[in-house]
Amino acid sequence: MSDYPLPVSHVIDPSTSASERVTFLEKLHGWVVTVDHKRLGILYILYSTFFLLVAGAEALMIRLQLAYPHTHVLSAQVYNRFFTMHGTTMVFLVGMPFLFGFANYIVPLQIGARDMAFPRLNAFSFWMTAFGGFLLYYSFLGGAGLYGVGNAPDVGWFAYAPLTLRAFSPGHATDYWALALIVSGFGTLGTAINIIATVISMRCKGMTLMRMPLFTWLLLIVSMLTLVTITPLTAAQFMLLIDRYLGGHFFDTQAGGSSLIWIHFFWIFGHPEVYVLVLPAFAIANEVIPVFCRKAIFGYPAMVAASVCIMFVSLSVWAHHMFTVGMTSVSNAFFTLSTMLVGVPTGIKIFNWIATLWGGRIRFTTPMLFCIGFLFQFLIAGLTGIMLSVSPWDWQLHNSYFVIAHFHYVLVGAVVFCIFAGIYYWYPKATGRLMSEALGKWHFWLFAIGFHITFDTMHFLGLLGMPRSIYTYQPDRGWNFLNLVVSVGGLIQGIAVLIFAYNFIVSYWRGEVAGDDPWDAWTLEWTTSSPPPVYNFEEEPEVHSRRPLWDLKHPDDPDREYES
Amino acid sequence: MSSVPVSHPARSVEWHLPSKRRVGMTALIVGESAIFTIFVVAYVFYMGKSPSGPTPSQVLDVPILATICLLSSSFTIWRAEKAIEDDRMGSFTVWLGATIALAAVFLTNTAFEWKKLIYQDGLTISTNLFGTTFYSLVGLHATHVVVGLFLLTSVFIFSLFGWVDSRQSERFGVVALYWHFVDSAWIVVFTVVYLI
Repeated sequence: MSDYPLPVSHVIDPSTSASERVTFLEKLHGWVVTVDHKRLGILYILYSTFFLLVAGAEALMIRLQLAYPHTHVLSAQVYNRFFTMHGTTMVFLVGMPFLFGFANYIVPLQIGARDMAFPRLNAFSFWMTAFGGFLLYYSFLGGAGLYGVGNAPDVGWFAYAPLTLRAFSPGHATDYWALALIVSGFGTLGTAINIIATVISMRCKGMTLMRMPLFTWLLLIVSMLTLVTITPLTAAQFMLLIDRYLGGHFFDTQAGGSSLIWIHFFWIFGHPEVYVLVLPAFAIANEVIPVFCRKAIFGYPAMVAASVCIMFVSLSVWAHHMFTVGMTSVSNAFFTLSTMLVGVPTGIKIFNWIATLWGGRIRFTTPMLFCIGFLFQFLIAGLTGIMLSVSPWDWQLHNSYFVIAHFHYVLVGAVVFCIFAGIYYWYPKATGRLMSEALGKWHFWLFAIGFHITFDTMHFLGLLGMPRSIYTYQPDRGWNFLNLVVSVGGLIQGIAVLIFAYNFIVSYWRGEVAGDDPWDAWTLEWTTSSPPPVYNFEEEPEVHSRRPLWDLKHPDDPDREYES
Repeated sequence: MSSVPVSHPARSVEWHLPSKRRVGMTALIVGESAIFTIFVVAYVFYMGKSPSGPTPSQVLDVPILATICLLSSSFTIWRAEKAIEDDRMGSFTVWLGATIALAAVFLTNTAFEWKKLIYQDGLTISTNLFGTTFYSLVGLHATHVVVGLFLLTSVFIFSLFGWVDSRQSERFGVVALYWHFVDSAWIVVFTVVYLI
């Protein structure tokens, strides 16, 4: 054994629950009042998986409506509600909670802590987020407010003023939208504060900043970015509610207000938000890729520096969503250049991942397959992003399906792929059982094929001039065949996600027993049992390199000899 | 929590990490600053854009006394912090009481200012753009003063019962940090609303 002992943990008291029978109600009560970061992490993941299915179903309805010209699956009004709900749900109730779920579960384990810095704040944040989701979906029941007005919000996920003002959006639908985002925004803020305090103040002995696993590093950066990203949205939502309820004039153009300022405020939130979603995806890839090609990550300091760069630069690119609004040529040039600049640190990351793969003994397990898919797709997403950052090109394609294709390439091709990789990777840690590899491979291939059929084709629809947010189109536009292809691809992705859901549920009972360290990995979460005990580590671990478990397994050739 | 025995004592380093409470409060302050920034930007953007009156120069008086009170409360709370660190609890209670009194003067002043604006000048949040941006920015700050006052008063009541001593100095330091933020936010709000 190593001369640096790590507590390969044993359960101190073999589970008291086995001796006494626990009723279902007691179990449920335990989950509701829990402040354990692992349980809250699982709650986040289950919550966002549920909404992934809901918002996925909404997307399929949208695609069903668009499969042929002049169909009547959804009316124009319902179509507007569905794309608003699909977008809002995917960003706020799927993307963010998924990533915070991973952060909650993994970060304390990776830094050798027993819980988050503020466990009760953690529980509060989760339930605020959950309440936000409930508010948003309650609008289907309570949103009407007036006879004859719609129920769910139908203003688009960016909700441009003045469409959101009382005169154009009567009823309560828009209020539910604003309140849901304020409430879940407070939850997000609480979690971000918690992760920052945990990472800075709860690290185990020897874990200096430059020995932290990259997953933890990126979640720290994401949380810092979240602090200044979600709060402008909260402020803007308060302004919207002041306009709607107190007769304010922030966005009321008749009283001198400006609808333009809403667009600015929204994208000051909205663009860094993309990085809030995609950096945790990078974080997952940073863990999965080295483990499955049996090499330490290439260029660790460069990875950290690039992530910090992305955090700062991403705060100054928001107006590339606004080239068609009509800005001065100086602003256009500034936002074109700053957007291109983000490509530099992102490119550094891609090269580092490729260099990690280079010469490695790659094991093509399901998590690794998803990460490799992510690498290809994120590259293409980045390249179309550079195309769209050129303002004259954007003037041609703004609000077309080319833009839809671009951001789905980021949000599905990168974020969702990495979320799936993360679930396959850490599922055995959380449940003690592996997910089925056979079903996982079916899931990967169907999802990847469906993804490319859908979103590759969307680029061409955009180039052919199909605008976003239209509920139907004329048959003589030449879009019929491509739209049908896109919808078929959507259906294939739907089937893949159902396979995933089946695998996710059934593996809990029937999966192969995983053991503490099924992937032969190197970070601290794999030193404790699967699932980890409530207290995580029997004794506080002490680390001496970036890969403490490698040191333990290879006492003859420990990493600390090579790290400065 | 017991520590793991280390076989290389020479390598083992002192392990000090920042206080999680201070880090958490600092993070909250960064987030709050972003909220303030958005409201300040909205105020500045809409300056002089109201199509109808009243305008700021017609109705606003510079609240010099209130500003002096609020800013000096940062000094008194700093004295209270020093007192609790040295376990001088009598002095702590006095300085804390002074802080609360100064904050209360500030809030009372705001209340009378708003009363005058509403009843004499007829300026409400829905009158014009100036009203909307003024009440939301000053109101946002006043809300933070109220929250701070609630925290300070709770500590004050606890200290009257003798439940507070130097063991809580770190926690009180976090409250003080928040209070310093509320004060410095007022410098920005004051400059933007009353001086420019």
